Amino acid sequence: MSVLVFIETEEGKIKKSSREAITYGAALGDVTAIALGQVAADELATAGDNGAKKVLHVADERLNAGLIQPYAEVLAAAMESTGATIVVTAKSSLADAVVGRVAAKTGAGLVSNVADLPDTSNGFVVKRSIYTGKAFANVSITTDKKILAIKKNAIEVTTGGGAAAVEAFEVSLDEALFGATITATEKAEGDILLPEADLVVSGGRGLKGPENWGMIEDLAKTLGAATGCSKPVSDMDWRPHHEHVGQTGVKVSPSLYIAVGISGAIQHLAGVNSSKYIVVINKDEEAPFFKAADYGIVGDAFEVVPKLTEALKNA
Amino acid sequence: MNILVCITHVPDTTSRIAFTNNNTEFDKNGVQFIIGPYDDYALARAVELKEQHGGKITVLNVGEADADPTIRKALAIGADEAIRVNAFPSDSYFVANQIAAVAKEGAYDLILMGRESIDFNGGMVHGMVGEMLGMPSFSPVMTLDVNGDTASLSREIEGGKEKLEVKLPFVAGCQEPIAEWKIPNMRGIMSARTKPLTVKDPVDDTVQTQLSAYELPPAKGTVKMIDADNVQELVDLLKNEAKVL
Repeated sequence: MSVLVFIETEEGKIKKSSREAITYGAALGDVTAIALGQVAADELATAGDNGAKKVLHVADERLNAGLIQPYAEVLAAAMESTGATIVVTAKSSLADAVVGRVAAKTGAGLVSNVADLPDTSNGFVVKRSIYTGKAFANVSITTDKKILAIKKNAIEVTTGGGAAAVEAFEVSLDEALFGATITATEKAEGDILLPEADLVVSGGRGLKGPENWGMIEDLAKTLGAATGCSKPVSDMDWRPHHEHVGQTGVKVSPSLYIAVGISGAIQHLAGVNSSKYIVVINKDEEAPFFKAADYGIVGDAFEVVPKLTEALKNA
Repeated sequence: MNILVCITHVPDTTSRIAFTNNNTEFDKNGVQFIIGPYDDYALARAVELKEQHGGKITVLNVGEADADPTIRKALAIGADEAIRVNAFPSDSYFVANQIAAVAKEGAYDLILMGRESIDFNGGMVHGMVGEMLGMPSFSPVMTLDVNGDTASLSREIEGGKEKLEVKLPFVAGCQEPIAEWKIPNMRGIMSARTKPLTVKDPVDDTVQTQLSAYELPPAKGTVKMIDADNVQELVDLLKNEAKVL
């Protein structure tokens, strides 16, 4: 079976979630990956490490930014040209916006938030996360062509596949597809992307003000973790909106989530309930978050967090 | 300006999720239904844009009759009229098809909806509708301003945001902080009773996916408490028991 995997890159590197998608695709069939915009060919060849046989590269500089319509056009053309019946992508804000269009273009049945490999013993049934991580649905896709958007951190990346062949892929893109003009991009450089992160440290209102975030950043830096925050914290502009973890913010699924000074409203829990382990540090022993935690410390964050950072440095 | 706002009718964010009928149906027992929070932001922005530019807001739901109170709430918040496509919203494709059919009948300058529904969290309908209508689509949209026939908007990207300019019409999947959340006032609630709510039959019954069963995640074990003076114990547990360090 021919599988097409959409690769996203970040600062010239294939994203971890895209490597998860390649791993997923390789479990289903022969993977041809596709990358858009200017990326170094030797980086793209590393997609082979995770199981891609070939990488199609559309090195059009107009595609350096994630433009939804042209991206959809390219993916549909690559499906056609490779004869792929399955498209796999990591679920991301860009992929979500793109693959809905690809599905409508190609008639492929689309399932998002896929949490596991399909059961193909009787049809093609995938398990998807629903109700913001509070449940799963097993869904059968009834169309010949299928598109799967994989939940982040749901698939363990496998390596050891060697280098993939990188081939130029030409698509003629109508100017009309570039009707939207990007006028500015703001990006936190060099940080670990929160939706991708394997370790996350989040702070809440218990930290009392944005000036106290230094200790959260120190702890995160020591761990190599991304930083997040609760909704009130981003609403008060203590932290940028892209750090907001919760029902209406980023949903994370790290191996370890450390929550400092966050009481654990159900809307916050909805954003973290796919975490493998949760540590809660809160001075209020009645904080509801302790019920959802694996490990808890009742104590003053201003004392506990620096001590924890110190202990981790020595570990 | 003529704005179409698509809303979902979904369980409140604090709902306990349970299933019945051999895990094939959502258990509505005791569950409060609301306008999807992302859709609510889209509607709130539509109301603000109407205040600035004038025009009309049509709210659209693909759902069964039990969604009517949720639709009335959207009318109370400020939509002028409502359409309900009378069908169970089976999958993203089915819903997108219905929205596209309604959109083709009205000359809408903007088609707004939430970035995703909070029940199935697919986040795919805005792109499908955009493609079906041959319009650009954007998501997740965090700010949206209109100036004549051009809109400036900002879209969240991982680790930041991007500002764009685009000509109307287009489709946007919205999220906070696009607008101030609006609560209906008494006048709104009174007037919502008499605003038109048209019920339509679905145009097409094609679906691409079928549910076989729901399941709940395994229950969480009990929390292990660690003394605040002994953070070393936490480090040891994370290393040796959880094996995450």
